[in-house]
Amino acid sequence: MSRETDVVVVGGGPAGVEAALAAAAQGLRVTVLDEAPQAGGQVYRAPPHAFGGTIQRDADPIGVALRQRLAASSVVTCFEHAVWSVSPGFRVDALAPDGPASWTARAVVVATGAQERVVPFPGWTRPGVIGLAGTTIMLKSQGMLPGERTLVAGQGPLLLAVAVGILKAGGQVAGVVDLASPADWAREWRALASRPRLTARGAGWRARLLRAGVPFLYRHAVQAVEEVPGGLRVLLTRVDRHGAPTKKVAREYLVDALAVGNGLTASTDITRLLRAAHHYDALRGGWVPTLDAEFRSSLPGLYVAGDAAGLAGADAAVADGILTGLTVARDLGAMTDTAYRGAIGSLRRRARRARSFGTAMARLMAIRPAHVAAIPAETIVCRCEDVTRAEIDAARSEGAQTANQVKAWTRCGMGPCQGRICGDIVGALLAAGEAPREPVGYFTGRTPLRPLPLNLLAGDVEYTSLKLPPPAPL
Amino acid sequence: MTPGLAQETVDVDVAVVGAGAMGATVALHLARGGMRTALVDRGEICREASGVNAGTLTLHMTRAALIPYAMKGRELWLTTERWLGMDVVARSAPGLSLAFTPAERDMLEKRAEARTAMGAPIRILTPAEACRIEPGLNASLLAAAFCELDGHVTAYLTGRAYRQALRAAGVAIIERMAVEQIDRLGQGYRVRGARQVVRARRVVLAGGVWLETMLAWLGLRVPVKCLINQLVVTERMRPVMRSVVGIASGLLSLKQFENGTVLIGGGWQGLGDPVRGGVQAVPENLIGNIQLARHAIPALGETRVVRIWLGLESETADAMPMIGALPGLDEAYVIGCVHSGYTSAPYMGRLLADRILGREPEMPLFDPTRLVQAAPNAVEEMT
Ligand SMILES: Cc1cc2nc3c(=O)[nH]c(=O)nc-3n(C[C@H](O)[C@H](O)[C@H](O)COP(=O)(O)OP(=O)(O)OC[C@H]3O[C@@H](n4cnc5c(N)ncnc54)[C@H](O)[C@@H]3O)c2cc1C
Ligand SMILES: Cc1cc2nc3c(=O)[nH]c(=O)nc-3n(C[C@H](O)[C@H](O)[C@H](O)COP(=O)(O)OP(=O)(O)OC[C@H]3O[C@@H](n4cnc5c(N)ncnc54)[C@H](O)[C@@H]3O)c2cc1C
Repeated sequence: MSRETDVVVVGGGPAGVEAALAAAAQGLRVTVLDEAPQAGGQVYRAPPHAFGGTIQRDADPIGVALRQRLAASSVVTCFEHAVWSVSPGFRVDALAPDGPASWTARAVVVATGAQERVVPFPGWTRPGVIGLAGTTIMLKSQGMLPGERTLVAGQGPLLLAVAVGILKAGGQVAGVVDLASPADWAREWRALASRPRLTARGAGWRARLLRAGVPFLYRHAVQAVEEVPGGLRVLLTRVDRHGAPTKKVAREYLVDALAVGNGLTASTDITRLLRAAHHYDALRGGWVPTLDAEFRSSLPGLYVAGDAAGLAGADAAVADGILTGLTVARDLGAMTDTAYRGAIGSLRRRARRARSFGTAMARLMAIRPAHVAAIPAETIVCRCEDVTRAEIDAARSEGAQTANQVKAWTRCGMGPCQGRICGDIVGALLAAGEAPREPVGYFTGRTPLRPLPLNLLAGDVEYTSLKLPPPAPL
Repeated sequence: MTPGLAQETVDVDVAVVGAGAMGATVALHLARGGMRTALVDRGEICREASGVNAGTLTLHMTRAALIPYAMKGRELWLTTERWLGMDVVARSAPGLSLAFTPAERDMLEKRAEARTAMGAPIRILTPAEACRIEPGLNASLLAAAFCELDGHVTAYLTGRAYRQALRAAGVAIIERMAVEQIDRLGQGYRVRGARQVVRARRVVLAGGVWLETMLAWLGLRVPVKCLINQLVVTERMRPVMRSVVGIASGLLSLKQFENGTVLIGGGWQGLGDPVRGGVQAVPENLIGNIQLARHAIPALGETRVVRIWLGLESETADAMPMIGALPGLDEAYVIGCVHSGYTSAPYMGRLLADRILGREPEMPLFDPTRLVQAAPNAVEEMT
C-alpha cells in the first residue's frame, strides 16, 4: 500500500530540507526521502553516529542546525530510503533496508544534488584512484583517508576542500594539481567578492596548504596512473588554457592514492525518467532540467531545487530550496498569492547572490573540450562495461550519432551506474569539441534509479498468491 | 511540407518506410535483388522494438501458426555472419517452458501439442529430466516442455549489424527523418519528410506500432494495437542458468547472456503509447515479473536489477501478421504485426522482398486485405 502525502521531497541536502521546511510551514504534509542515514546532503554530510547516540562531533554547525530544524518540524523523514522510481501522477517508490515502500503525492520536489565527473585517463579505474567528491564523502561520513600520501588533482573548488580535509584528518597531501590557472581563479573575483565568508574560507584553506608545504601545480593534468610496487605512479602534463595537454610528462609523483575529479554534473535521473524538458548548460554541469523562474519543471507538479537543477552550490541550494517550497505551497493552494509574494521578495535577492557565487565555482568545474578530445584511444571511458574511447570512436565512424545509439552498439552506459559516471564524457566525445550537445542527446532515463537487490524487492511470496495477468495467446 | 524549405529529392525504385528488423530486411534483399532502394526512419535503424526486444528465439512463445516461419528466422539469426556480415551474438540454447500448478500443466500440454502439430520439436519432460537440463530450476515444478531449438540474440546490436550490411548493399539510408505523408504520384509514390522527398515506383510500409498512421496516409483504415512490453535486466552474476526458460502462460522469459547479465521478460505491461513511446514501468508489474523469475530460477534472488525498459509491440485485430500487397493500390506493400516478430523478421522480410522482386515466396504471406475496415478512400492523384 502506498502512503499518501501532499509533497514528497527526494533528497535531504540543503535544497531538499529547505524546500520541505518551507512547504510544511504552510501546513502541507511533507515527506523527505534520502538514501543517506541522515539529512545534510553532500556538503553537510553527517559524521557517523557516535557510540550509542546522536552526538555529532566535528560536524559542520550549519549541517547540525539543519538537522535540528528538520527534527523539530512536522516534516516526515525517511532515511536509508533509495528512491528508485517516480511515476507520473505521482507515485514514488523507494527501497529501504527492510524492503520496498511507496508514496503517492500531489507534488514532487527533486533535490537529488550532483554527481562526480572524471575526465578519463589511462589508469583512472585502478584501486587507489578515487573521485574528489567521493573523497569528501569518505572523509566526512567515514572519517577515512584515501591513503597516507594523496595527490589531489582535477578542477574546481573541491580541490581545496579535499586537500584541506586530508590534512585535517592527519593525511599527507603530495600536491594540488589544478587544470585552471591562477588567472582563471582571479577572473571569478567579482562573484567571489559577493560571498566574503566563503572566499575567506577558501583563502584560509589555501594558506593552510601552503604552510604545510603542499605544492600547487596550475595548468596541469593527470596524464596516466601506473601501479608500481608500494603505490601509484602519477604522470602529470602541462595543459593549455583549453585543457589540451602537451605530450610530455612534466612531473611524476609516487603516492598511494590519487583523488581526482573534473567537476560535477546535475543529478537528473528523476527528471529524465519523467521526460521533463532538459537543455544543455556546460556552465551548470551539463544537461539540466528546463525550469521556469519559480522552479517548476515542464511537468506539472514536478519541481527541482538545488544542484539537481544545475550546479549552483550549497548557499544557492538553501535559498532556492526555500523558494521552491513556497512555490509548491502556493501551487497546492496552501498559501495565497499575496502571502507568497510577500515572502519571496528578499529571498529572491539572496538567491541571486548565492547563485552568482555558485555559478563562478561551476565555471571552474566546467568541462574543457580539448581536455576530453585528448583522451587516449585505449583509455576506458565506461568503467562499468570497460568500453574504451577507441570503441566509441569506431561506433561513431560507423554512423552512430546519438548517445543512446552508441550505448546500444558498445554497451557503454549499460552497467550498474547506468551512465551516471560516463554520460557527460560520451556526449562530449560524440559532439566532438564545441558542437552543440542537443543532437547527441543523453542516455534515456529509466528505472530503477539505483540497482535493486532482487530478493529484497520480490519479498517473500507464495507462487499461488502471485498476481498474474492473463496468459499470452497461443 | 514547409513552404520555402529546400528539400532534396531522391529517386528510387522502392522506398521502405520504417527501419525495424522488418523494413531493414526487406530493404536489404531488394537492394541485393538489384533495386535502387531507400530506407527511411524517423529515428535510427532498429532502435524501436527491433533494438530493445528480448531477443528470444523461442518456439514456446510463438503463435502456433507462425512456427514454420519462426524456425526459418531462427536459423537466419544463428548465421548472421553469412548474410548480414556481423555476429549479433546469437546463440542456440535449449528452451524450457515450466508448469508449477496442475492448471499450468494442462495449459503446457495443450500448447505443446498445438505447436508440435505445426512442426516445433517440443516434448514434455518430468521435473527430474528438466532439472538435469537446467540444474538452476526450482525443483518444485510439475512438468516442463522442452524444445531443442531455442536461443537468443543480443537485440541491441541489431542496428549496428544491419546498418553496415545496408550500406554495403548500396541502400540509401535516411535516418532521423519522420515521414509525414505519402502521395500517389502518377506511377509511383512521393514519400515526404521534413528534409527530403523520396520519389519511388514502389513503397513498403514497415512502421511497427505506427503502421496504423502510415496506412492512413494511403487511405486505409487498419486498427493496430500497441502493447507496452517491459523488460528487466540484472547486473552480471555467476552462471545460474544455461537454457531459455519460460512458463506455460507465456508470462515469463528468462535467459543469461555470456556477460553474466540475466534478461527477464514475459510481456508484462508498462505505461506508454505510440505517440510518447514507452514512458514508464509500473512498479507492481516489475515486482510481479521478478517474483515469477525468481520462482523459476531461485538463484536470481542474489542479484540486483539494474534497468527496466519498455518497447512497443504491434498486434492486428486477429493477432496475425499483415504482410503483402495493399488492396486497391499499385505496388504498395505492408509488413508488420508479427508475434515473435524479431525471431521471424529475417525470414518474413525476405519473403516479402521475393514477392516484390517478382519471385514466388517460399511460404504464404499474410494478406492485409482482411484487416482493412472501411473501403479505401481513393488517394488523390498528384502529378
Ligand atoms: C559527492 C559530493 C561531494 C561534495 N562535497 C562538497 C564539499 O565538500 N563542499 C562543498 O561546498 N560542496 C560540495 N559538493 C557540492 C554540494 O554538494 C552542493 O553544492 C550542495 O550540497 C547542493 O545541495 P543539494 O541539496 O542540491 O544536493 P545534495 O547536498 O547533494 O543532496 C542531495 C541528496 O539527495 C540524495 N539522493 C540523491 N538521489 C537519491 C535517490 N535516488 N534516492 C534517495 N536519495 C537520493 C542524496 O543522498 C543527498 O543526500 C559536493 C558534491 C558532491 C556530489
Ligand atoms: C519489449 C519487447 C520484447 C520482445 N521480445 C521478443 C522476443 O524475445 N522474440 C521475438 O521474436 N520478438 C520479440 N518482440 C517482438 C519484436 O521485437 C517485434 O515483433 C519486431 O521487432 C517488430 O519489428 P518491426 O520492424 O515491425 O517494428 P519496429 O522495430 O518497431 O520498427 C518500426 C520502425 O518504424 C519507424 N517509424 C515509425 N514512424 C515513422 C515515420 N513516421 N517515419 C519513418 N519511420 C517511422 C520507427 O522509428 C521504427 O524504427 C518483442 C517486442 C518488444 C517490444
